[in-house]
Amino acid sequence: MTPSIRGRVWKFGDNISTDLMLPGRITYPVMAGQVSPEEAATHCMSANRPGWYKLVRSGDIIVGGANFGAGSGRPAHLPLQALGIRIVLAESVARLFYRNCINGGFLVIACPGIGALVEEGDTVDVRLRDGVVSHPGSGRTLTFPALPPDSPPMEILRAGGLIPYMKARLGLNTNSG
Amino acid sequence: MAMTIAEKILARAADRPSVQPGDFVWARVDQTNAGAGELRVLDELGIKRLAAPETVWATSDHYAPATDEHYANQDNRLRHYVRQYGITNFFEYGRHGIAHQLFGEHGAMLPGTLSAMSDSHSTSGGVFNCFATPIGSETAFVLATGLLWLQVPETIRIELSGTLGPLCYGKDVVLTVLKEVGSEVGIYRAFEFGGSGLRSLTVASRWTLSNMGIELGAKAAICEHDEVLEAYLRERTTRPYQPVSPDPGCRYVRHHRINLDGLPPLIACPDDPTNVQPAAEVEGRNVKVSQVFLGSCTNGRLEDLEVAARILHGRRVHPDVRMIVSPASQGVWREANARGVLQTLAEAGALVAHSTCGPCFGGHLGVLGDGDVCMSSSNRNYRGRMGSAEASVYLGNAATVAATAVAGRIIDPRSLIQEG
Repeated sequence: MTPSIRGRVWKFGDNISTDLMLPGRITYPVMAGQVSPEEAATHCMSANRPGWYKLVRSGDIIVGGANFGAGSGRPAHLPLQALGIRIVLAESVARLFYRNCINGGFLVIACPGIGALVEEGDTVDVRLRDGVVSHPGSGRTLTFPALPPDSPPMEILRAGGLIPYMKARLGLNTNSG
Repeated sequence: MAMTIAEKILARAADRPSVQPGDFVWARVDQTNAGAGELRVLDELGIKRLAAPETVWATSDHYAPATDEHYANQDNRLRHYVRQYGITNFFEYGRHGIAHQLFGEHGAMLPGTLSAMSDSHSTSGGVFNCFATPIGSETAFVLATGLLWLQVPETIRIELSGTLGPLCYGKDVVLTVLKEVGSEVGIYRAFEFGGSGLRSLTVASRWTLSNMGIELGAKAAICEHDEVLEAYLRERTTRPYQPVSPDPGCRYVRHHRINLDGLPPLIACPDDPTNVQPAAEVEGRNVKVSQVFLGSCTNGRLEDLEVAARILHGRRVHPDVRMIVSPASQGVWREANARGVLQTLAEAGALVAHSTCGPCFGGHLGVLGDGDVCMSSSNRNYRGRMGSAEASVYLGNAATVAATAVAGRIIDPRSLIQEG
């Protein structure tokens, strides 16, 4: 995992649902590989923030409110990943979204107090190993509880997601199948 | 060590004498599901065998039956994989249903066991005194290994007392919890429902409690076991199981008491399931509806259809309203048909369809357009959930849905019906 991540912030409110990130009508085509994550990204947040996807640059960071990723078990991180969002920091993160992100090798961190630390357009630094977010603009920092290094979710993240983790754990040759 | 229901089930599944909140465990999964996507992952990885095919259940519910060529091909892939991997608990269209309802009807999720399925409403299995948790596409890992990692959650106890009044159901109880607890407190936590109030509820109503556990943010939403549940399960399975009760002195991170006496019918207003108000208040705002939906894994059970039929008997769906009915399973469809319930709904002017998840998530069978207002018995009213982002969705119980269909505007069902 990258020791430090720096990026421009997009702010979102509370209860941003997976329906907003990946609307139901395109979810199953995406899951079946019929619609690419890049195409799905053009629908991302279209109901709450039309046109947002055109403004995002690769390496940007989302700062969310409470219960980020509320709702269904769909892989709603895929359009965010496709847009180049590097990491999501939120006041709290819905559990199933959190789990799907880990399995997809996408970083999402519950970071209480983040909303008060930064404004949209600000730059923040995230040091994953230390569990610290810093705001160069104000010099302020915030800590978040990092996952234990030997915990299963950390092992999955280190492997790069669930599929590579599974291959390693089951001793599968990457060329098989 | 004194443990909650969730802790006891996870300790057993992880083969440990005890666990406590915060522990990371690898647990053996007693029941899971398989879709075409996850099975294709296994196939592409060259995995020839499932860890425990007898624990795997499969059906197609989101686009049932295939709504276009693409889903038809996906269904065919599922049928192919079901044969390849020896999955015998597979339900073809006509015998299908929404997974949470269908598998429950067949006794798939049992007391004291661990269920992990892909769909978010897999918390539904908690009604069976089961630690039932949604895991998304991670079912691929469970199918291959039979194992799941979990961080043992803290438990929130919801102690129910009293009995519900007329035209109130499990939906009103869970909406009360959503109103009081919100959708954030429950994240990563398990809910445990119990008390004399729970025992006064039908299994169908309890099912709604566990079902919308996910809207509370929960990892699991487990109901206590009792003789009502016992009778339900004994009709459906001969497999043995061990019900689990909380140990005296176990630790709850929160304890809420809810008295069911005098609870009114409630409605979750747009655009969040926690935006809960009494139906009577919404009635006062004169909210006209264009569609009502009765169905979903939340409230598409026989109890719900019967409640609606009692209200619609001898009445008509309002001329400006279309009413869509989709039973939670074909088993519910058949039973409702045998009892004349579907006939009553159709005579009132409702469109009575087959079982599917379609309308609830804006997939098919009555997707909402711009400006539509829907009174729905389903579980989510996030913006754009049932179709257009310019539509509004209100969530309530089956009686509120049926009474609203008649009135053409959202009403407290008690304004239309005097039931004692």
